[in-house]
Amino acid sequence: MNSLSQIWTLFKKDVLLEIRQQYAFYGVLLYVGATIFVLYMALEEPESRVWNGLFWVLQLFICINAVAKSFLQENSARLLYYHSIASPQQFIIAKLIFNVLLMLLMSSASFFLFTLFLGNPGFQFVSFLLLVLTGGFSLSLVFTFLAAIAAKAQQNAAIMAILGFPIIIPQLILLMKLSAAAFSQQAGLPYTALLLLLAMDGLVVLLAVILFPFLWKD
Amino acid sequence: MKKAWWKILCVVLLVYTIIGGLLMEVPRVRILNETIRNLYFHVCMWFAMMILFTVSVVHAVRYLRSNQIKYDILSRQYAVVGIVLGLLGYATGLIWVSATWVDPNNSAAASFGAIAREPKLIGSAIALLIYAAYLVLRDSIQDVDKKARIAAVYNIFAFAFLFPSIWIIPRLLPSLHPGGEGNPALNYNDMDARMRVVFYPAVLGWTLLGIWIVSLKVRIAYLNEKKFSQL
Repeated sequence: MNSLSQIWTLFKKDVLLEIRQQYAFYGVLLYVGATIFVLYMALEEPESRVWNGLFWVLQLFICINAVAKSFLQENSARLLYYHSIASPQQFIIAKLIFNVLLMLLMSSASFFLFTLFLGNPGFQFVSFLLLVLTGGFSLSLVFTFLAAIAAKAQQNAAIMAILGFPIIIPQLILLMKLSAAAFSQQAGLPYTALLLLLAMDGLVVLLAVILFPFLWKD
Repeated sequence: MKKAWWKILCVVLLVYTIIGGLLMEVPRVRILNETIRNLYFHVCMWFAMMILFTVSVVHAVRYLRSNQIKYDILSRQYAVVGIVLGLLGYATGLIWVSATWVDPNNSAAASFGAIAREPKLIGSAIALLIYAAYLVLRDSIQDVDKKARIAAVYNIFAFAFLFPSIWIIPRLLPSLHPGGEGNPALNYNDMDARMRVVFYPAVLGWTLLGIWIVSLKVRIAYLNEKKFSQL
């Protein structure tokens, strides 16, 4: 299938760039380390609500940083080249997959560091890890598309944050609900929230694939 | 549209809303009592806002398909007036809140804390923030065609997120609004027939008012476009 192989090639290109330049990965890792250390010095061992809130705020900022770097480091000449060799749907799908992977990596790394420094306020490790991965997945999808929009609007990372915060709030609310369930010792998982979250992710991917060609036309 | 019939209709409907809303009979509901009349203003304005945002997104889609600037201008103006109606909805909500949810025995700060966590308020704040970000995005791009295209894309994307924000999330969380837990349910699908008589005309009236304002703004925008493009 020609289309799949093209997506795979674009994705490999991103991964190779990342491994050689190591710009986004180590940059974000440094950011994560610094933030967690500052939080550790301020708080030592926060109780569960504070822990939860801080964790998701940190995830939000990690996502913005990680995803912004991926789009904003392409200059216009290179984008023109991509325009001639691949269709916009393939380009955006490759970007989405790459950013999801990057964010999953960053999320898990930040989760481990967070638990290491700020302790475990009483949740089940595996279920929270899965929740963290789901959250990272959702956040990265939305912010990838917003980074695509911001890249056209004068390459400004600040505009991405402005555009992104209102849109991400419903997903954050759902994630908070799931987190609260993970913190409570009962086994019940609010399946409605999880399904809604996944449905919203599907919506984002669909919209991104439909709308990206219009952004691409430049 | 310079025809007058719908403007007269708008005025008539709004006058009817105000007079009928304040004088006609309303059902007696626990806690709400007479303040239920605010429904004709508060809820109808939110409805009208949603209708205007829908029209805005339709024009955004039309712009992307045809690339004519006029759809972009229409799209923007509908979003702006939608925001205005949303702010008015917040104001009428504030009035309603001060009459029903605020406990005069607590200090103002304590009541505010409980009210600000209300999911529908957060949901509608999200909606207004999304469209405010839309306006900021428009202002950050200089080139007219690029601005129109990117703004249209964001408009469509953001509109798709309005529905989860305003309708779905608030239903998941405990809420002070009627229909949520612990409230006399003013079931919107089954509204008292006496209220429906004023409710639907009111929605139409507020929507027509919004359209009227948009039409004036669009005419000014066209004149500006012509003036500047002839330089």
